[in-house]
Amino acid sequence: MMRHLISAADLTRDDAVLILDTAEEMARVADRPIKKLPTLRGRTVVNLFFEDSTRTRISFEAAEKRLSADVINFTAKGSSVSKGESLKDTAQTLEAMGVDAVVIRHGASGAPYRLATSGWIDAAVINAGDGTHQHPTQALLDAFTMRRRLIGRDTGLGQDLTGRRVTVVGDILHSRVARSNVDLLHTLGAEVTLVAPPTLLPIGVGEWPCEVSYDLDRVLPKTDAVMMLRVQRERMNAAFFPTEREYSRRYGLDGERMARMPGDAIVMHPGPMVRGMEITAEVADSDRCTVLEQVTNGVSIRMAVLYLLLGGNESEAAHQAQAGTHSPRSEHSASTASEEK
Amino acid sequence: MSKILIRGARVLGKETQDVLIDGETIASVGSGLDAEGATVIEAEGQVLLPGLVDLHTHLREPGREDSETVLTGTRAAAVGGFTAVHAMANTFPVADTAGVVEQVWRLGKESGYCDVQPVGAVTVGLAGKQLAELGAMHDSAAGVRVFSDDGKCVDDAVIMRRALEYVKAFDGVVAQHAQEPRLTEGAEMNEGVVSAELGLGGWPAVAEESIIARDVLLAAHVGSRVHICHLSTAGSVELVRWAKSKGWNVTAEVTPHHLLLTEDLVRSYNPVYKVNPPLRTKADVMALREALADGTIDCVATDHAPHPHEDKDCEWAAAAMGMVGLETALSVVQETMVETGLVDWSVVADRMSARPARIGRLKGHGRPVEAGEPANLTLVDPAYRGTVDPAGFASRSRNTPYQGRELPGRVTHTFLRGRATVVDGKLA
Repeated sequence: MMRHLISAADLTRDDAVLILDTAEEMARVADRPIKKLPTLRGRTVVNLFFEDSTRTRISFEAAEKRLSADVINFTAKGSSVSKGESLKDTAQTLEAMGVDAVVIRHGASGAPYRLATSGWIDAAVINAGDGTHQHPTQALLDAFTMRRRLIGRDTGLGQDLTGRRVTVVGDILHSRVARSNVDLLHTLGAEVTLVAPPTLLPIGVGEWPCEVSYDLDRVLPKTDAVMMLRVQRERMNAAFFPTEREYSRRYGLDGERMARMPGDAIVMHPGPMVRGMEITAEVADSDRCTVLEQVTNGVSIRMAVLYLLLGGNESEAAHQAQAGTHSPRSEHSASTASEEK
Repeated sequence: MSKILIRGARVLGKETQDVLIDGETIASVGSGLDAEGATVIEAEGQVLLPGLVDLHTHLREPGREDSETVLTGTRAAAVGGFTAVHAMANTFPVADTAGVVEQVWRLGKESGYCDVQPVGAVTVGLAGKQLAELGAMHDSAAGVRVFSDDGKCVDDAVIMRRALEYVKAFDGVVAQHAQEPRLTEGAEMNEGVVSAELGLGGWPAVAEESIIARDVLLAAHVGSRVHICHLSTAGSVELVRWAKSKGWNVTAEVTPHHLLLTEDLVRSYNPVYKVNPPLRTKADVMALREALADGTIDCVATDHAPHPHEDKDCEWAAAAMGMVGLETALSVVQETMVETGLVDWSVVADRMSARPARIGRLKGHGRPVEAGEPANLTLVDPAYRGTVDPAGFASRSRNTPYQGRELPGRVTHTFLRGRATVVDGKLA
């Protein structure tokens, strides 16, 4: 495994499958009476959030605590950052405190990359979303959710998503989730189609490893998973589309449209959902909608990433995944793996 | 004043000649000149150029002396072979009054390393709303002839038209920073495949080109001179070429970094590559080189933009835009234009001295290397190869994209009106 997780594009197919398989193992911890492993005992992880994000921060925090890490939450609001302290100074302060990993959410694209490559800090860096660039753990949890639903929890082990058809709908231009998903799903062999009005597609999207369409109705019948993205209301002031009503009519997912999808196809959303605009309540509350599963799976994925970056034994995990063995990480073995590293 | 004999240099890169400097002027140019009483500089293999002239330098004084001062900036200019620079107006306070431009001009005089010709702001406070006192700046001791809101575009068509018309009274020129503001809101790099990949706000080529198109039409309409700062796209080149084909009074410049660097470097998220206008594509770079070679682009201008370390040692979004360029400009031009066979040294002299001096109506600079002309001269060793080490820069700032990169050529001597400001590559 690599030392940092900055971009979904950095993951090889084997890296990605290893994370998904490890997350499957981590998910079993949630089924235990005591949902905790001692793997990262004595390790300090900082959640460095320069941008509001309750869901992602809590998900990382839950993952870190289930692995017994010492957790420090840092939010920029009301901190020294709001008094003008730079990212570099903040990073070096954390370094001086002996931090082992930094989970960073930042409004500026590239900030986690700078943190990982500028020599400001020695800790592992995990990108929890940067600007409109990347959100790799979101893509991983989405892929994990797809694999479980479309292939199966146990039968999916060691498998990628070859041949699965995924449609991503909405504000692609401003979406780090879309970018991360296109990169990762392509690596995993899925066929991705982006659907949006031309104003919400980036220049150069034709170079991406995916198809592009302006017509949702034409794409839906050939879709195994449709991922609806949130359209931020402030975009309306910048003339990306005429009205909320028109957007909803052309790109929103309602029950009628959902019915055009294959019977076992699923509906995904990274949240938070704006019901009535990009997705109707009927769809959001249907059995096909995986929003809450995605939240649950997010914790398992983040546990897997933290485990592999900070304490994991790759060969052991890969071997166990291939063998399909049941939870090899008893509390003892996981702890040992961590200490051996 | 003492005599200096430069012996055996290739004058403008063509013929081997001796050049005798007597006092502030060139006394004679020829073969086997008498060296009696003169300090002799053996210049075999070196190229003698008229002193370089920069139309676009940010000296930061007054207001940001932590980045650069007139003294440190002119020292950097001398090291780079420049004998005159135009100091941009985006200082604090803005150079939009006779008082500020005179202050900059006097600081240049006192520095003694390089003539400093202040550029006056077009509008008060660079705000784009009200014309600054262009006439007063021209009538001041500084004698301003170039006006620019550089750093900001004069985007109001009426204000731009009025400025173009007004400066005709004293043969001035408006130098436009072509950037349509609405099309570049949130822009952080060239818009295209790479910006989409990196999630950085796109700065589309059309934002530059649409302003150039408008301004060349305006300049033609009112019969005035317009100069386009730092061209960065192939489309901009085509527009300038078209305007010139019409016989309109349009000139343009390109920076050394836009002749060499491409947007792919931004993948490092290293803010040393963050510049305005942004680094573009390889195709743009090639178009700019060809346009400089064929004269569509009139001159090279450094857009020397010094920033303190902390303004660059941060995440991309927070970083200041710009890079220093005075001390590396000639080397980059040698690598991209001379060593590629696009131009010879006489063309370099034209694009880096004669034409910028003519655009700025700068007397005593950009003159041919002939007897009776002011001894503003630059001696270059083109065979030199060296690795750029910003620790040795004369500039107060170090934000160069070339750190650790090997570049050809070295300015060995610079002469300002017969006085050596640089000797053997070091400040005199």
